[in-house]
Amino acid sequence: MYSEKVMDHFTNPRNVGELENADGIGEIGNPTCGDIMRISIKVEDNIITDIKFKTFGCGAAIATSSMVTEMAKGKTLEEARAITNKNVAEALDGLPPNKMHCSNLAADALRLAIDNYLAKAGQAG
Amino acid sequence: MTVAMTENFGNPSSVHSFGSAAKKALEEAREQVAQLIGAQPSEIVFTSGGTEADNLAVVGAAMANSKKGKHIITSSIEHHAILDSCKWLAKNGFEVTYLPVTSEGLVRVEDLAAAIREDTILISIMHVNNEVGTIQPIAEIGKIARERGIIFHSDAVQSVGKIPVDVNELQVDLLSVSAHKIYGPKGVGCLYIRKGTRVEPRSFGGGQERKRRPGTENLPGIVGFGKAAELARINLPEEQKLITLRDKLIDGLLERIPDCQLNGHRYQRVPTNVNVSIRYLEGEALLLSLDLKGIAASSGSACTSGSLDPSHVLLAMGICHEIAHGSLRMTLGRDNTEEDIDYVLEELPIIVDRLRKMSPLYCCEKAGQCETKEMCQHV
Repeated sequence: MYSEKVMDHFTNPRNVGELENADGIGEIGNPTCGDIMRISIKVEDNIITDIKFKTFGCGAAIATSSMVTEMAKGKTLEEARAITNKNVAEALDGLPPNKMHCSNLAADALRLAIDNYLAKAGQAG
Repeated sequence: MTVAMTENFGNPSSVHSFGSAAKKALEEAREQVAQLIGAQPSEIVFTSGGTEADNLAVVGAAMANSKKGKHIITSSIEHHAILDSCKWLAKNGFEVTYLPVTSEGLVRVEDLAAAIREDTILISIMHVNNEVGTIQPIAEIGKIARERGIIFHSDAVQSVGKIPVDVNELQVDLLSVSAHKIYGPKGVGCLYIRKGTRVEPRSFGGGQERKRRPGTENLPGIVGFGKAAELARINLPEEQKLITLRDKLIDGLLERIPDCQLNGHRYQRVPTNVNVSIRYLEGEALLLSLDLKGIAASSGSACTSGSLDPSHVLLAMGICHEIAHGSLRMTLGRDNTEEDIDYVLEELPIIVDRLRKMSPLYCCEKAGQCETKEMCQHV
């Protein structure tokens, strides 16, 4: 039911964990619906230098989280902000139709992390 | 079954000799199935499976007896073949009471007795739950139903072949059975209809199965069902041996995996069913990981059900969404060995540990610094 890429990211997820002293944290979902993703980022000179995720959820939720961290690492905040859930699904060679909505939120979590960073940076500035 | 397809290809309703050979095979299967559940062959109506048997029982009995009353009692943990039939009846002028269950997944007999009304015409309670394996007090309910003159149906799809099922001991009037749950072919089952119980057919166009289920019979399937019933009767004592394996698996899981709970009653459950919830985890991720290790299981997680809600059975038992999402059901079969259990007990804790390390719910709640303390306080 899942593509090889999804299974690869599910069995060998990239960038699992939480950054200490993260510059921005984004969390989406809730335990009732069965999916929670938390993404933390380090930002230097407008570039995402490090990123980690933790996810409670199904195979697709874990794979999309892993993929989005790979896609965002080294990108500028603007580039990273432009990544959509659809892009993530495409990078994984697609997701089953019933997973497109509920388990495909990783790009949203990333955007929340960036917004969190920008809000903090704005307050500091 | 091969003989039924190649040699006994006649229509059991035909007069010619091919037809009568087919008819003979059909009636032999009917006897085999009847014997398994202590019924008379004439009380067996073959169907396309458990779902059709459930539909025919509930809707057929309700429609045939609607002049006496329009109230039906069932439980909140029935299979959807029953629940959806009740929903349809509710839309068509009937009233349905859904009995709650205990946290161990059992219907209380006193709740049932209290729910009976003057206009109650039908009670439908499953013998064994398909998710948590709990065995309901069917004989006690049957006694009450008979005293009150109410038709009593039990969905026995999950009990036949696993524990003794006798329609007279259980005092049921209607009982559903599925062939593929007793190692028979898929797409065939039956409804036991006690002599004298009024049930209207749900399909039309022929006199087969005593007019209860028109249409040419699925002879290859029915012959396979008959053989499976015969073997199930002979092998029933073997099934009891699975209790040892089941208990080893349950005890092992509870011992080796922290924050793991058993769903359903500890002992009042079929020998084949193990259902646990592993907190902080989502079921589908568990199933995928187990599958990679060659272990086939299922879950009550929403992700595996195709809906947004987790298992209605676990929710009815008062288990919260979060914990229901992390449920894992393993079904034991005749071919399972002690080595299989050891293998699961070795692999599953590793998988759980790996997934928990990824879970944002686990680490922080453990460290007591969680912002999302939404995991419910159940257990």
